[in-house]
Amino acid sequence: MATTKKKIEREEVVIRFSGDSGDGMQLTGTQFSNTTALLGNDVSTFPDYPAEIRAPQGTVGGVSGFQLHFGNAKVHTPGDYCDVLVAMNPAALQANKKWVKKGGTVIVNIDSFTDKNLEKAGFESNPLPDLKKGEYNIIEAPVQTLVREAVKDLGLDMKSIERTKNMFALGITYWLFNRPLNHTELFFEKKFAKKPEVIEANILALHAGYNYANTIEALSSHYVIKKAKLEKGTYRNVNGNVATAWGLIAAAERAKLPLFCGSYPITPATEILQELSARKDLGVKTFQAEDEIGGIATSIGASFAGHFAVTTTSGPGLALKTEAAGLAVIAELPIVIVDVQRGGPSTGLPTKTEQSDLLQAIYGRHGESPAVVIAASSPSNCFDYAFEAGQIALEHMVPVILLTDGFLANGTEPWKVPTMSDMPEIKVQMVDQSKADEEYLPYDRDPETLVRKWAVPGMKGFEHRLGGLEKMDKTGTVSYVPENHQVMTDYRQQKVNMVAKRFPLPKIEGDENADLLVIGWGGTYGHLHTAVTELQAEGKSVSFIHFNHIYPLPLGVDQIFKNYKRLLVCELNMGQFADYLTIKVPGFKYEKYNKVQGLPFTVDELKQAFNKILEEK
Amino acid sequence: MAELQKLTPKDFKSDQEVRWCPGCGDHAILNAVQKTMANLGIPKEDFAVISGIGCSSRFPYYMDTYGFHGIHGRGAAIASGVKVANPKLSVWQITGDGDAMAIGGNHFIHLIRRNIDINLLLFNNEIYGLTKGQYSPTSHLGIKTKTSPFGTVENPFHPGELVIGAQGRFFARGIDNQVKALVDIFEESARFKGTSVVEVLQNCVIFNDGIHEKIVNKNVRDDRTIYLKHGEKMIFGKERDKGLVRDGLKLKVVTIGKDGYTIEDILTHDAHEANPGMHLMLANMRHPEYPVALGIIRAVPTATYEDLLDQQIEEVKSSSKIKNMDDLLHTGETWTV
Repeated sequence: MATTKKKIEREEVVIRFSGDSGDGMQLTGTQFSNTTALLGNDVSTFPDYPAEIRAPQGTVGGVSGFQLHFGNAKVHTPGDYCDVLVAMNPAALQANKKWVKKGGTVIVNIDSFTDKNLEKAGFESNPLPDLKKGEYNIIEAPVQTLVREAVKDLGLDMKSIERTKNMFALGITYWLFNRPLNHTELFFEKKFAKKPEVIEANILALHAGYNYANTIEALSSHYVIKKAKLEKGTYRNVNGNVATAWGLIAAAERAKLPLFCGSYPITPATEILQELSARKDLGVKTFQAEDEIGGIATSIGASFAGHFAVTTTSGPGLALKTEAAGLAVIAELPIVIVDVQRGGPSTGLPTKTEQSDLLQAIYGRHGESPAVVIAASSPSNCFDYAFEAGQIALEHMVPVILLTDGFLANGTEPWKVPTMSDMPEIKVQMVDQSKADEEYLPYDRDPETLVRKWAVPGMKGFEHRLGGLEKMDKTGTVSYVPENHQVMTDYRQQKVNMVAKRFPLPKIEGDENADLLVIGWGGTYGHLHTAVTELQAEGKSVSFIHFNHIYPLPLGVDQIFKNYKRLLVCELNMGQFADYLTIKVPGFKYEKYNKVQGLPFTVDELKQAFNKILEEK
Repeated sequence: MAELQKLTPKDFKSDQEVRWCPGCGDHAILNAVQKTMANLGIPKEDFAVISGIGCSSRFPYYMDTYGFHGIHGRGAAIASGVKVANPKLSVWQITGDGDAMAIGGNHFIHLIRRNIDINLLLFNNEIYGLTKGQYSPTSHLGIKTKTSPFGTVENPFHPGELVIGAQGRFFARGIDNQVKALVDIFEESARFKGTSVVEVLQNCVIFNDGIHEKIVNKNVRDDRTIYLKHGEKMIFGKERDKGLVRDGLKLKVVTIGKDGYTIEDILTHDAHEANPGMHLMLANMRHPEYPVALGIIRAVPTATYEDLLDQQIEEVKSSSKIKNMDDLLHTGETWTV
């Protein structure tokens, strides 16, 4: 659409949509990010929503937010502070005003700024006059009034009309950032094919918002963000949960095994089960169990029966699954357990992110019960690490715990989709049916890897019994022989230790020796990378190493650590990885930078923390 | 397909020494299962015997089939995973009153609700044997055990009632020392498509010896039990002169030829009736008011979970354009750089 307004070129922009949890902010944010990705920008998103489906209306606790960061280069975080805040009510403004950059734009739905709503949001008086005095550009849009006017001829009820408010807000931001409307129009046409009046109402509201922004004087300019220079290929937007689900399906395909997922819904992991249950076209069997234990126990049964079996959960569910995880350890059956971490303990902060299940994943089982633990570090690489989790489980006959978190699970980014023939083949450790005449020893091991062979019901001549009682070396019969328990415990540990051989050393970002080495793992990669990169650009002596392979650790980490004056382990918990490194890579002093607020790090706070250390030297 | 080699009970015996106490009811049940499996005409490699924890749950080790000895209470869930993954298998779950009714109660009722084709044998000795004598969820009110030295103050579960309450389609009951009858019952339960629960009244010779004696003792059992057969009159007693009639909303025991009752008045057992009302009354009959019902009390087939799931997968597969992972990766909104 033609416009005569001034254009300002920007490298990157952060927008935050916020409103009541029923205001459709997640949809609005998703639409903006999808449209933006299609235009060729890189985008990173961060949905932030309350645990309640419809938290008390108009209150700060009920505010649902969706932040997105896009730019003309690779963006690694959803951004700390926003250039544009959309606040659909006073509570949304109250909850988010501290996240607006100085000089930023705040779009408020002025119709909602009633005395009652201001009071509910905890404002003693209308904050807008003060905000205007500050360095903010406030747009007071009468959203309700204008959408009612825009859709008045459709004969819709008031509730349906109210529901289109978010599209008005989206229309304003589309104008502001010069985005086309057709992508969102198409979305509504597909989604509500059977409800033409809903399509029309939303499209009218979207256009009304766009035209409003084009008309009013409050906006003196709009922004242009050039395309990002991305590697050639086919791209799509993906969030961490969908990427995880797809990585598991991909592993099943490359292993030539059917995929089974026994699981129980739990925030923020549920979407993986939902996505897998929708993939019956690829033969995926999902089993929504009666509880978390049923989820893993059915998966162990399916693994015994020869499927690539997985279970998906979050922290409380991982706790419930631990006894059964121990069964998979002693039975030496392949299984992947996905833990999408959230704030704990107990129900904690179900919709918020944290990295506090690390030690539970590594050590949280009774007995000597080693399992492999790996972690994804971006929404899209959840695909790669889910695939790798399957590969390790199936090639090493071992349970693998994949850690992601609420931030990765819900966050999205453009993803260059892989080609399956480029993915490695997974070498399943199945017995050779042609050797049925030879005696099958369930716990006979490959001398190199200590991996046993898998025989599954239906294979003639390999009948055997597995179970939770200690097994005799090789034969697998029940054994209480003291020395045998030592032998089998050693085998199980060594087998997991040997998985380290396949793990590459993490790449150092920065100089091989510097004043400070920043150490991270899992979902914090984007923020840590950005903070370190920005300091490096300022000439600071800081490097960065990030871990995806946690248990066992890659070999030779100590040779890296010794080149740095100070080591700072940054994580969204109280220092679990730092403590773990203290045990596994001893001889170093690990300093800690921790946060448990249910939120990701901000680049700003990280830079301050790193600078403080650098200045101390 | 090659002719199936005729199997004998011996083919199902593993090389492991059976470690149940001498005189334990489990020995007879093991024999009955091995006889049953030999009769079924199913290749040995297609059997999977799954269990949880408890004396009965050692069962898989003594079977020369595929077997899995799981963790306490989870046998039903593990067996569900096995059967749903590979519906071709004949899956047997061996469990006890503690394993199935207490710690595994949730999996037990949901297995039944889903109607997954598993043959579940519930050995009910009304006691925790492997932990040496604590009361179980089926122990009668007031029983004195190591954890109830002054008697229990909680009501027991009756497995049949729970099965029917969970929409069970198959429930049968047998006695550990009646191997021939057990084989008949097991064969029918194995051939039944859907979750079949067989409660075996089993004697724990060490910690609850004689708990079923007042019912199963050879001298009294003809008068205190009734062996139900589909399509046959509900007659019992040493002299075959007693029978069950309907008395208002309840059942009543009558003597044929007395009080004007004739054989015509005696109820005929219909195991295939979908309405569970009569089956519930039969399953709940208890001594001394009634004879305890044995045999197939309820057998009403319906679609199984695994068949419906496989059917759904086939339907979606045939209508979807997504045939492999590459297709999936390129569906929906993608763009090219």
